Amino acid sequence: MNVRFLPAGDTAVIVEFGERIDRLLSDRVLRLSTLVRAANLPGVVETVPTFRTLMVYYDPLATDGASLSAALENLLDNGRGAAQPATLWRIPACYAASHAPDLAVVAQHTGLSTAEVVRLHSASTRYHVYMVGFVPGFPYMGDLPAPLVLPRRADPRVRVPAGSVAIATNMTAIYPQESPGGWHLIGTTPVRLFDLRRPRPALLSPGDAVRFEPVTVREFDAIRAAVAADAYQVPCETIAP
Amino acid sequence: MIPALEVIAPGLHTTVQDRGRIGYQDIGVPPSGPLDRISFNLANALVGNPPATPALEMLLQGPTLKVIAESVRIALAGCSAGIEIRSGNARTIPAGRSVRLVRDEVFRIGALRDSVCAYLAIEGGPDVPLVLGSASTYVRGAIGGLQGRRLQAGDSVPLKLAGADGRDEHALPRQFDLALDQSIRVVLGPQVDHFTDGAVKTFLSSEYTVSTQADRMGYRLAGPALVHAKGYDIVSDGIVTGAIQVPGSGLPIVLMVDHQTIGGYPKIATVISADIPVIGRRKPGRSIRFVAVGMHEAEQLRKDQEAAISEFISRIV
Repeated sequence: MNVRFLPAGDTAVIVEFGERIDRLLSDRVLRLSTLVRAANLPGVVETVPTFRTLMVYYDPLATDGASLSAALENLLDNGRGAAQPATLWRIPACYAASHAPDLAVVAQHTGLSTAEVVRLHSASTRYHVYMVGFVPGFPYMGDLPAPLVLPRRADPRVRVPAGSVAIATNMTAIYPQESPGGWHLIGTTPVRLFDLRRPRPALLSPGDAVRFEPVTVREFDAIRAAVAADAYQVPCETIAP
Repeated sequence: MIPALEVIAPGLHTTVQDRGRIGYQDIGVPPSGPLDRISFNLANALVGNPPATPALEMLLQGPTLKVIAESVRIALAGCSAGIEIRSGNARTIPAGRSVRLVRDEVFRIGALRDSVCAYLAIEGGPDVPLVLGSASTYVRGAIGGLQGRRLQAGDSVPLKLAGADGRDEHALPRQFDLALDQSIRVVLGPQVDHFTDGAVKTFLSSEYTVSTQADRMGYRLAGPALVHAKGYDIVSDGIVTGAIQVPGSGLPIVLMVDHQTIGGYPKIATVISADIPVIGRRKPGRSIRFVAVGMHEAEQLRKDQEAAISEFISRIV
Protein backbone atom coordinates (compact mmCIF):
# COMPACT_ATOMS: atom_id res chain seq x y z
CA MET A 1 0.00 0.00 0.00
CA ASN A 2 1.30 3.43 -0.81
CA VAL A 3 2.35 5.57 2.11
CA ARG A 4 3.23 9.21 1.50
CA PHE A 5 5.50 11.43 3.56
CA LEU A 6 4.16 14.98 3.52
CA PRO A 7 6.23 18.02 4.52
CA ALA A 8 4.96 20.11 7.43
CA GLY A 9 7.69 22.72 7.75
CA ASP A 10 10.76 21.87 9.79
CA THR A 11 9.03 20.56 12.93
CA ALA A 12 6.92 17.61 11.74
CA VAL A 13 6.76 14.82 9.22
CA ILE A 14 3.32 13.55 8.26
CA VAL A 15 2.98 9.89 7.35
CA GLU A 16 -0.15 9.62 5.24
CA PHE A 17 -1.75 6.21 4.75
CA GLY A 18 -4.70 7.37 2.66
CA GLU A 19 -7.30 10.05 2.21
CA ARG A 20 -10.38 8.29 3.61
CA ILE A 21 -11.78 7.53 7.04
CA ASP A 22 -11.23 3.80 7.22
CA ARG A 23 -10.76 1.37 10.09
CA LEU A 24 -7.87 -0.38 8.34
CA LEU A 25 -6.04 2.91 7.75
CA SER A 26 -6.60 3.83 11.39
CA ASP A 27 -5.12 0.51 12.53
CA ARG A 28 -2.00 1.18 10.47
CA VAL A 29 -1.71 4.72 11.87
CA LEU A 30 -2.01 3.42 15.43
CA ARG A 31 0.45 0.60 14.87
CA LEU A 32 3.08 3.03 13.53
CA SER A 33 2.40 5.36 16.44
CA THR A 34 3.13 2.55 18.90
CA LEU A 35 6.30 1.63 17.00
CA VAL A 36 7.56 5.23 16.95
CA ARG A 37 6.93 5.67 20.67
CA ALA A 38 8.76 2.43 21.45
CA ALA A 39 11.66 3.21 19.10
CA ASN A 40 12.67 6.39 20.97
CA LEU A 41 13.96 7.99 17.78
CA PRO A 42 16.31 10.89 18.49
CA GLY A 43 14.67 14.31 18.26
CA VAL A 44 11.08 13.01 18.15
CA VAL A 45 8.97 15.20 20.41
CA GLU A 46 5.53 13.60 20.14
CA THR A 47 3.28 11.69 17.77
CA VAL A 48 -0.37 12.39 17.02
CA PRO A 49 -2.52 9.76 15.35
CA THR A 50 -5.36 11.09 13.20
CA PHE A 51 -7.90 9.32 10.95
CA ARG A 52 -5.44 8.67 8.17
CA THR A 53 -2.10 10.19 9.10
CA LEU A 54 0.47 9.97 11.84
CA MET A 55 1.95 13.33 12.77
CA VAL A 56 5.51 12.93 14.00
CA TYR A 57 6.72 16.16 15.62
CA TYR A 58 10.47 16.71 15.90
CA ASP A 59 12.98 19.18 17.24
CA PRO A 60 14.90 20.53 14.23
CA LEU A 61 17.89 21.20 16.49
CA ALA A 62 18.10 17.50 17.42
CA THR A 63 17.32 15.73 14.13
CA ASP A 64 16.25 16.53 10.59
CA GLY A 65 13.25 15.64 8.47
CA ALA A 66 15.22 13.52 6.00
CA SER A 67 16.81 11.25 8.64
CA LEU A 68 13.54 11.02 10.51
CA SER A 69 11.64 10.05 7.35
CA ALA A 70 14.23 7.35 6.65
CA ALA A 71 13.88 6.01 10.21
CA LEU A 72 10.08 6.01 9.87
CA GLU A 73 10.30 4.20 6.55
CA ASN A 74 12.47 1.59 8.20
CA LEU A 75 9.90 1.14 10.98
CA LEU A 76 7.15 0.76 8.38
CA ASP A 77 9.12 -1.91 6.53
CA ASN A 78 10.65 -3.82 9.42
CA GLY A 79 8.77 -2.83 12.54
CA ARG A 80 7.26 -5.78 14.32
CA GLY A 81 4.40 -4.02 15.99
CA ALA A 82 1.85 -6.43 17.31
CA ALA A 83 -1.39 -4.47 17.56
CA GLN A 84 -1.81 -3.26 21.12
CA PRO A 85 -4.60 -4.51 23.37
CA ALA A 86 -7.13 -1.74 23.84
CA THR A 87 -9.62 -0.73 26.49
CA LEU A 88 -13.36 -1.12 25.95
CA TRP A 89 -15.26 1.55 27.88
CA ARG A 90 -18.95 1.22 28.74
CA ILE A 91 -20.05 4.81 28.92
CA PRO A 92 -23.43 5.54 30.50
CA ALA A 93 -25.60 7.86 28.41
CA CYS A 94 -29.03 9.28 29.14
CA TYR A 95 -31.19 9.54 26.03
CA ALA A 96 -34.27 10.99 27.76
CA ALA A 97 -35.79 13.94 25.89
CA SER A 98 -34.61 16.31 28.64
CA HIS A 99 -31.01 15.17 28.01
CA ALA A 100 -31.18 14.80 24.22
CA PRO A 101 -32.21 18.06 22.55
CA ASP A 102 -31.84 16.78 18.96
CA LEU A 103 -33.07 13.21 19.36
CA ALA A 104 -36.55 13.90 17.99
CA VAL A 105 -35.13 15.78 14.99
CA VAL A 106 -32.66 12.99 14.28
CA ALA A 107 -35.50 10.46 14.43
CA GLN A 108 -37.51 12.60 12.03
CA HIS A 109 -34.61 13.02 9.55
CA THR A 110 -33.67 9.34 9.62
CA GLY A 111 -37.25 8.07 9.48
CA LEU A 112 -36.68 6.01 12.63
CA SER A 113 -38.41 6.06 16.00
CA THR A 114 -36.44 7.69 18.83
CA ALA A 115 -36.24 4.26 20.49
CA GLU A 116 -34.71 2.83 17.34
CA VAL A 117 -32.14 5.68 17.15
CA VAL A 118 -31.16 4.99 20.76
CA ARG A 119 -30.92 1.24 20.18
CA LEU A 120 -28.76 1.70 17.08
CA HIS A 121 -26.50 4.25 18.77
CA SER A 122 -26.04 2.38 22.04
CA ALA A 123 -26.11 -1.33 22.78
CA SER A 124 -25.86 -2.64 19.25
CA THR A 125 -22.71 -0.73 18.25
CA ARG A 126 -19.12 -0.83 19.41
CA TYR A 127 -17.17 2.26 18.36
CA HIS A 128 -13.51 2.68 17.58
CA VAL A 129 -11.77 5.82 18.88
CA TYR A 130 -10.02 7.12 15.75
CA MET A 131 -8.44 10.17 17.32
CA VAL A 132 -8.74 12.66 20.16
CA GLY A 133 -8.48 16.35 19.46
CA PHE A 134 -10.16 19.54 18.25
CA VAL A 135 -10.53 20.48 21.93
CA PRO A 136 -8.84 18.65 24.84
CA GLY A 137 -10.27 15.15 25.22
CA PHE A 138 -12.75 15.27 22.30
CA PRO A 139 -12.97 11.71 20.86
CA TYR A 140 -13.83 11.03 17.22
CA MET A 141 -15.54 7.64 17.30
CA GLY A 142 -16.99 5.51 14.55
CA ASP A 143 -18.45 4.14 12.58
CA LEU A 144 -22.05 5.06 13.15
CA PRO A 145 -24.66 2.57 11.87
CA ALA A 146 -25.60 3.65 8.33
CA PRO A 147 -29.22 4.65 9.17
CA LEU A 148 -27.93 7.28 11.62
CA VAL A 149 -25.61 9.07 9.19
CA LEU A 150 -26.64 12.72 8.83
CA PRO A 151 -24.77 15.91 7.84
CA ARG A 152 -23.91 18.38 10.59
CA ARG A 153 -26.52 20.87 11.74
CA ALA A 154 -27.00 23.79 9.36
CA ASP A 155 -26.66 26.23 12.27
CA PRO A 156 -23.96 25.25 14.76
CA ARG A 157 -24.72 25.93 18.41
CA VAL A 158 -22.70 28.59 20.21
CA ARG A 159 -22.83 26.51 23.39
CA VAL A 160 -22.92 22.75 23.58
CA PRO A 161 -22.99 21.56 27.21
CA ALA A 162 -20.17 19.37 28.54
CA GLY A 163 -21.07 15.68 28.39
CA SER A 164 -23.25 15.99 25.29
CA VAL A 165 -23.26 12.79 23.24
CA ALA A 166 -23.38 13.83 19.61
CA ILE A 167 -23.48 12.44 16.08
CA ALA A 168 -22.58 13.87 12.66
CA THR A 169 -21.68 12.19 9.38
CA ASN A 170 -20.55 8.67 10.29
CA MET A 171 -19.02 9.72 13.62
CA THR A 172 -20.13 10.01 17.21
CA ALA A 173 -18.44 12.08 19.90
CA ILE A 174 -18.76 13.45 23.41
CA TYR A 175 -18.13 17.12 24.17
CA PRO A 176 -15.64 17.15 27.09
CA GLN A 177 -16.25 20.81 27.93
CA GLU A 178 -18.80 23.42 27.00
CA SER A 179 -17.88 24.63 23.53
CA PRO A 180 -19.43 25.66 20.23
CA GLY A 181 -20.48 22.75 18.05
CA GLY A 182 -22.43 21.67 15.00
CA TRP A 183 -23.18 18.04 15.82
CA HIS A 184 -26.62 16.63 16.70
CA LEU A 185 -27.02 16.12 20.44
CA ILE A 186 -28.79 12.82 21.10
CA GLY A 187 -27.85 12.17 24.71
CA THR A 188 -25.74 13.21 27.71
CA THR A 189 -23.18 11.31 29.74
CA PRO A 190 -22.47 12.10 33.40
CA VAL A 191 -18.86 10.91 32.94
CA ARG A 192 -15.90 13.33 32.81
CA LEU A 193 -14.08 12.97 29.51
CA PHE A 194 -11.21 15.24 30.48
CA ASP A 195 -9.97 15.78 34.00
CA LEU A 196 -6.64 17.43 34.75
CA ARG A 197 -6.41 15.64 38.10
CA ARG A 198 -5.94 12.31 36.34
CA PRO A 199 -2.39 11.32 35.33
CA ARG A 200 -3.76 10.83 31.83
CA PRO A 201 -6.40 13.57 31.67
CA ALA A 202 -8.29 12.26 28.63
CA LEU A 203 -10.51 9.28 29.45
CA LEU A 204 -10.30 7.91 25.92
CA SER A 205 -7.20 7.23 23.83
CA PRO A 206 -6.94 6.62 20.11
CA GLY A 207 -7.44 2.89 19.55
CA ASP A 208 -9.83 2.42 22.48
CA ALA A 209 -13.33 0.99 22.00
CA VAL A 210 -16.57 2.44 23.37
CA ARG A 211 -20.10 1.22 23.93
CA PHE A 212 -22.86 3.51 25.16
CA GLU A 213 -25.05 2.05 27.91
CA PRO A 214 -28.47 3.76 28.17
CA VAL A 215 -29.36 4.99 31.67
CA THR A 216 -32.51 6.60 33.07
CA VAL A 217 -32.60 10.17 34.35
CA ARG A 218 -32.52 8.82 37.90
CA GLU A 219 -29.45 6.67 37.16
CA PHE A 220 -27.84 9.61 35.37
CA ASP A 221 -28.29 11.78 38.48
CA ALA A 222 -26.87 9.09 40.73
CA ILE A 223 -23.78 8.60 38.55
CA ARG A 224 -23.29 12.35 38.25
CA ALA A 225 -23.34 12.66 42.02
CA ALA A 226 -20.83 9.81 42.31
CA VAL A 227 -18.59 11.44 39.68
CA ALA A 228 -18.70 14.72 41.61
CA ALA A 229 -17.67 12.84 44.76
CA ASP A 230 -14.83 11.07 42.91
CA ALA A 231 -16.60 7.79 43.67
CA TYR A 232 -17.30 6.55 40.15
CA GLN A 233 -15.23 4.42 37.79
CA VAL A 234 -16.30 4.06 34.20
CA PRO A 235 -16.76 0.30 33.63
CA CYS A 236 -14.03 -0.95 31.32
CA GLU A 237 -12.20 -4.07 30.25
CA THR A 238 -9.13 -4.90 28.22
CA ILE A 239 -9.91 -6.37 24.83
CA ALA A 240 -7.79 -8.22 22.31
CA PRO A 241 -6.76 -6.13 19.31
CA MET B 1 3.31 37.52 52.96
CA ILE B 2 3.73 35.69 49.65
CA PRO B 3 5.92 37.70 47.27
CA ALA B 4 3.83 38.75 44.30
CA LEU B 5 3.08 41.23 41.58
CA GLU B 6 -0.33 42.77 42.13
CA VAL B 7 -2.30 43.46 38.98
CA ILE B 8 -3.53 47.09 38.97
CA ALA B 9 -4.54 46.90 35.29
CA PRO B 10 -4.22 43.63 33.36
CA GLY B 11 -3.47 44.95 29.85
CA LEU B 12 -5.27 43.50 26.87
CA HIS B 13 -4.24 39.85 27.18
CA THR B 14 -1.50 39.05 29.67
CA THR B 15 -0.71 35.42 30.43
CA VAL B 16 1.99 33.30 32.04
CA GLN B 17 3.95 31.37 29.40
CA ASP B 18 6.95 29.07 29.52
CA ARG B 19 8.38 27.09 26.60
CA GLY B 20 5.10 25.31 26.11
CA ARG B 21 3.26 22.11 26.87
CA ILE B 22 4.87 19.26 24.98
CA GLY B 23 3.45 15.78 24.51
CA TYR B 24 -0.31 16.22 24.82
CA GLN B 25 -1.41 17.05 21.30
CA ASP B 26 -2.64 13.46 20.93
CA ILE B 27 -5.37 14.27 23.46
CA GLY B 28 -6.15 17.65 21.96
CA VAL B 29 -4.00 19.94 24.09
CA PRO B 30 -2.03 22.45 21.98
CA PRO B 31 1.61 23.36 22.68
CA SER B 32 0.95 26.97 23.76
CA GLY B 33 4.11 28.79 24.90
CA PRO B 34 5.29 32.21 23.68
CA LEU B 35 4.30 33.61 20.28
CA ASP B 36 7.83 35.06 20.10
CA ARG B 37 10.20 32.54 21.66
CA ILE B 38 13.24 34.72 20.92
CA SER B 39 12.06 37.76 22.90
CA PHE B 40 10.90 35.40 25.66
CA ASN B 41 14.45 33.99 25.85
CA LEU B 42 16.06 37.44 25.78
CA ALA B 43 13.87 38.71 28.64
CA ASN B 44 14.76 35.69 30.78
CA ALA B 45 18.46 36.04 29.98
CA LEU B 46 18.41 39.71 31.07
CA VAL B 47 17.22 38.83 34.58
CA GLY B 48 19.59 35.86 34.79
CA ASN B 49 16.91 33.15 34.58
CA PRO B 50 17.41 29.71 33.05
CA PRO B 51 15.93 29.77 29.52
CA ALA B 52 12.66 27.93 30.24
CA THR B 53 11.57 30.05 33.22
CA PRO B 54 7.95 31.21 32.93
CA ALA B 55 7.44 34.89 32.05
CA LEU B 56 4.47 37.17 31.38
CA GLU B 57 3.41 37.48 27.76
CA MET B 58 1.44 40.61 26.92
CA LEU B 59 -0.40 41.32 23.69
CA LEU B 60 -0.64 44.85 22.20
CA GLN B 61 -1.17 46.61 25.54
CA GLY B 62 0.82 45.76 28.65
CA PRO B 63 -0.28 45.64 32.30
CA THR B 64 0.23 47.93 35.30
CA LEU B 65 1.73 46.02 38.22
CA LYS B 66 2.71 46.72 41.81
CA VAL B 67 5.60 45.10 43.64
CA ILE B 68 4.45 43.11 46.69
CA ALA B 69 7.88 41.75 47.60
CA GLU B 70 11.03 43.05 49.20
CA SER B 71 12.37 43.63 45.68
CA VAL B 72 12.08 42.21 42.17
CA ARG B 73 14.27 42.28 39.08
CA ILE B 74 12.38 42.54 35.81
CA ALA B 75 13.15 43.02 32.14
CA LEU B 76 11.03 43.65 29.07
CA ALA B 77 11.83 42.34 25.59
CA GLY B 78 10.09 42.12 22.22
CA CYS B 79 8.87 45.67 21.63
CA SER B 80 10.08 49.26 21.66
CA ALA B 81 7.86 50.27 24.59
CA GLY B 82 9.54 50.65 27.97
CA ILE B 83 8.83 49.98 31.62
CA GLU B 84 7.34 53.18 33.03
CA ILE B 85 8.02 53.34 36.74
CA ARG B 86 5.39 55.57 38.23
CA SER B 87 6.07 55.72 41.93
CA GLY B 88 8.89 57.41 43.81
CA ASN B 89 11.68 58.03 41.40
CA ALA B 90 9.58 58.06 38.19
CA ARG B 91 11.54 56.94 35.16
CA THR B 92 11.28 54.77 32.07
CA ILE B 93 13.50 51.75 31.53
CA PRO B 94 13.67 50.82 27.85
CA ALA B 95 13.09 47.27 26.63
CA GLY B 96 16.26 45.19 26.61
CA ARG B 97 17.51 46.23 30.06
CA SER B 98 16.90 44.83 33.54
CA VAL B 99 15.85 46.90 36.54
CA ARG B 100 15.41 46.19 40.24
CA LEU B 101 12.30 47.57 41.91
CA VAL B 102 11.41 47.59 45.59
CA ARG B 103 8.23 47.02 47.56
CA ASP B 104 5.20 49.10 46.58
CA GLU B 105 6.72 50.44 43.40
CA VAL B 106 4.21 50.55 40.54
CA PHE B 107 5.18 50.11 36.91
CA ARG B 108 3.29 50.17 33.67
CA ILE B 109 3.94 48.82 30.21
CA GLY B 110 1.74 50.72 27.82
CA ALA B 111 1.01 50.12 24.15
CA LEU B 112 3.67 47.84 22.71
CA ARG B 113 3.68 49.98 19.54
CA ASP B 114 5.60 47.94 16.96
CA SER B 115 4.97 44.31 17.95
CA VAL B 116 1.93 42.24 18.91
CA CYS B 117 3.66 40.55 21.81
CA ALA B 118 6.30 41.31 24.42
CA TYR B 119 7.66 39.51 27.46
CA LEU B 120 8.23 40.60 31.00
CA ALA B 121 10.67 38.29 32.76
CA ILE B 122 11.02 38.32 36.53
CA GLU B 123 14.12 37.04 38.31
CA GLY B 124 13.11 33.58 39.60
CA GLY B 125 9.86 33.74 37.64
CA PRO B 126 6.21 33.55 38.68
CA ASP B 127 5.36 30.73 41.07
CA VAL B 128 2.51 28.90 39.35
CA PRO B 129 1.86 25.15 39.38
CA LEU B 130 2.85 23.10 36.35
CA VAL B 131 -0.16 21.63 34.57
CA LEU B 132 0.70 18.73 32.26
CA GLY B 133 4.33 19.65 32.73
CA SER B 134 4.05 23.32 31.81
CA ALA B 135 3.27 26.71 33.33
CA SER B 136 1.90 27.99 30.01
CA THR B 137 -1.63 29.34 29.94
CA TYR B 138 -4.04 27.83 27.39
CA VAL B 139 -7.04 30.10 27.88
CA ARG B 140 -9.54 28.20 25.69
CA GLY B 141 -8.95 25.02 27.66
CA ALA B 142 -8.62 26.88 31.00
CA ILE B 143 -5.30 25.09 31.52
CA GLY B 144 -2.12 26.34 33.20
CA GLY B 145 -0.78 29.75 34.17
CA LEU B 146 -2.81 31.68 36.72
CA GLN B 147 -6.03 29.64 37.03
CA GLY B 148 -6.02 28.90 33.32
CA ARG B 149 -6.86 32.44 32.28
CA ARG B 150 -5.42 35.82 31.41
CA LEU B 151 -4.63 38.25 34.21
CA GLN B 152 -7.42 40.36 35.71
CA ALA B 153 -7.29 43.50 37.82
CA GLY B 154 -6.89 42.51 41.46
CA ASP B 155 -4.94 39.32 40.74
CA SER B 156 -1.73 38.56 42.56
CA VAL B 157 0.90 36.81 40.50
CA PRO B 158 2.92 34.87 43.10
CA LEU B 159 6.70 34.99 42.69
CA LYS B 160 9.37 32.40 43.43
CA LEU B 161 11.76 34.88 45.03
CA ALA B 162 11.06 37.27 47.91
CA GLY B 163 13.92 39.51 46.86
CA ALA B 164 16.17 40.15 43.87
CA ASP B 165 19.89 39.53 43.82
CA GLY B 166 21.99 42.62 44.57
CA ARG B 167 24.03 42.37 41.36
CA ASP B 168 24.42 45.00 38.65
CA GLU B 169 21.80 45.34 35.92
CA HIS B 170 22.15 43.79 32.48
CA ALA B 171 21.42 45.12 29.01
CA LEU B 172 21.31 43.65 25.53
CA PRO B 173 24.46 44.44 23.50
CA ARG B 174 22.25 46.39 21.08
CA GLN B 175 18.57 46.67 20.20
CA PHE B 176 17.41 43.28 18.92
CA ASP B 177 16.13 43.44 15.33
CA LEU B 178 12.45 42.44 15.43
CA ALA B 179 12.45 41.91 11.63
CA LEU B 180 9.14 43.72 11.30
CA ASP B 181 9.32 43.85 7.50
CA GLN B 182 11.06 40.56 6.77
CA SER B 183 9.40 38.13 4.33
CA ILE B 184 8.04 35.04 6.02
CA ARG B 185 9.67 31.85 4.85
CA VAL B 186 7.50 28.77 4.34
CA VAL B 187 7.86 25.18 3.24
CA LEU B 188 5.08 24.35 0.76
CA GLY B 189 2.72 21.55 1.85
CA PRO B 190 1.36 19.36 3.35
CA GLN B 191 -1.64 19.87 1.02
CA VAL B 192 -0.17 22.18 -1.64
CA ASP B 193 -1.57 19.72 -4.23
CA HIS B 194 -5.08 20.77 -3.16
CA PHE B 195 -4.50 24.18 -4.78
CA THR B 196 -4.30 25.32 -8.38
CA ASP B 197 -0.88 26.37 -9.73
CA GLY B 198 -2.27 29.87 -9.99
CA ALA B 199 -3.19 29.84 -6.30
CA VAL B 200 0.33 28.84 -5.28
CA LYS B 201 1.75 31.60 -7.50
CA THR B 202 -0.68 34.11 -5.99
CA PHE B 203 0.21 33.01 -2.48
CA LEU B 204 3.95 33.50 -3.07
CA SER B 205 3.73 36.76 -5.01
CA SER B 206 1.03 38.77 -3.23
CA GLU B 207 1.02 41.07 -0.28
CA TYR B 208 -1.20 39.94 2.59
CA THR B 209 -2.00 41.86 5.73
CA VAL B 210 -2.67 40.58 9.22
CA SER B 211 -6.38 41.09 9.90
CA THR B 212 -7.83 42.12 13.25
CA GLN B 213 -8.93 38.50 13.72
CA ALA B 214 -5.63 37.48 15.20
CA ASP B 215 -5.05 35.78 18.51
CA ARG B 216 -2.82 33.11 19.99
CA MET B 217 -4.78 30.46 18.09
CA GLY B 218 -4.21 31.91 14.64
CA TYR B 219 -3.74 34.99 12.48
CA ARG B 220 -6.32 35.45 9.74
CA LEU B 221 -4.85 37.26 6.75
CA ALA B 222 -6.49 39.63 4.28
CA GLY B 223 -5.46 39.67 0.62
CA PRO B 224 -6.07 37.76 -2.60
CA ALA B 225 -8.19 34.63 -2.15
CA LEU B 226 -6.61 31.29 -3.02
CA VAL B 227 -8.45 28.83 -5.23
CA HIS B 228 -8.70 25.21 -4.16
CA ALA B 229 -8.25 22.62 -6.88
CA LYS B 230 -10.14 19.84 -5.06
CA GLY B 231 -12.58 21.58 -2.73
CA TYR B 232 -11.88 22.92 0.72
CA ASP B 233 -12.78 19.93 2.86
CA ILE B 234 -10.20 17.29 3.64
CA VAL B 235 -10.43 14.38 6.05
CA SER B 236 -9.13 16.04 9.22
CA ASP B 237 -5.48 15.62 10.05
CA GLY B 238 -2.97 17.09 12.47
CA ILE B 239 -1.72 20.66 12.63
CA VAL B 240 1.71 22.09 13.38
CA THR B 241 2.36 25.60 14.64
CA GLY B 242 2.81 27.73 11.52
CA ALA B 243 0.49 25.68 9.30
CA ILE B 244 -1.29 27.96 6.82
CA GLN B 245 -4.77 26.59 6.32
CA VAL B 246 -7.14 27.90 3.69
CA PRO B 247 -10.87 27.53 4.40
CA GLY B 248 -13.69 28.05 1.90
CA SER B 249 -13.22 31.84 1.82
CA GLY B 250 -9.80 31.30 0.21
CA LEU B 251 -8.16 33.57 2.78
CA PRO B 252 -5.25 32.00 4.63
CA ILE B 253 -5.08 31.54 8.40
CA VAL B 254 -1.66 31.07 9.99
CA LEU B 255 -2.13 28.73 12.95
CA MET B 256 -0.20 29.82 16.01
CA VAL B 257 0.79 28.32 19.35
CA ASP B 258 -2.73 27.73 20.76
CA HIS B 259 -3.91 26.08 17.52
CA GLN B 260 -6.47 23.31 17.56
CA THR B 261 -4.64 20.00 17.20
CA ILE B 262 -6.78 18.64 14.36
CA GLY B 263 -8.31 20.43 11.41
CA GLY B 264 -10.18 19.75 8.22
CA TYR B 265 -8.99 22.46 5.81
CA PRO B 266 -6.16 22.06 3.29
CA LYS B 267 -2.86 23.65 4.31
CA ILE B 268 -0.97 25.27 1.48
CA ALA B 269 2.29 25.78 3.37
CA THR B 270 3.95 25.88 6.79
CA VAL B 271 5.87 28.81 8.27
CA ILE B 272 9.40 27.63 9.16
CA SER B 273 10.20 27.47 12.86
CA ALA B 274 12.81 30.24 12.62
CA ASP B 275 10.09 32.63 11.40
CA ILE B 276 7.34 31.75 13.90
CA PRO B 277 8.58 34.52 16.23
CA VAL B 278 8.78 36.91 13.26
CA ILE B 279 5.17 36.36 12.19
CA GLY B 280 4.15 36.14 15.85
CA ARG B 281 5.17 39.78 16.31
CA ARG B 282 3.39 41.10 13.26
CA LYS B 283 0.52 43.44 14.12
CA PRO B 284 -2.90 43.61 12.51
CA GLY B 285 -2.67 45.92 9.51
CA ARG B 286 0.95 45.12 8.73
CA SER B 287 1.90 43.42 5.50
CA ILE B 288 3.22 39.92 4.98
CA ARG B 289 4.92 38.36 1.98
CA PHE B 290 5.70 34.68 1.78
CA VAL B 291 8.72 33.07 0.21
CA ALA B 292 9.22 29.31 -0.23
CA VAL B 293 12.28 27.42 1.02
CA GLY B 294 13.04 23.70 1.24
CA MET B 295 12.79 21.63 4.40
CA HIS B 296 16.55 21.19 4.69
CA GLU B 297 17.13 24.92 4.25
CA ALA B 298 14.48 25.61 6.90
CA GLU B 299 16.30 23.35 9.35
CA GLN B 300 19.62 25.06 8.62
CA LEU B 301 18.05 28.51 9.07
CA ARG B 302 16.76 27.45 12.48
CA LYS B 303 20.19 26.16 13.55
CA ASP B 304 21.84 29.39 12.37
CA GLN B 305 19.23 31.41 14.24
CA GLU B 306 19.79 29.50 17.49
CA ALA B 307 23.55 30.02 17.17
CA ALA B 308 23.05 33.74 16.52
CA ILE B 309 20.71 34.11 19.53
CA SER B 310 23.12 32.24 21.82
CA GLU B 311 25.91 34.49 20.66
CA PHE B 312 23.74 37.58 21.18
CA ILE B 313 22.82 36.44 24.71
CA SER B 314 26.48 35.73 25.51
CA ARG B 315 27.23 39.41 24.83
CA ILE B 316 24.65 40.70 27.33
CA VAL B 317 26.50 43.19 29.49
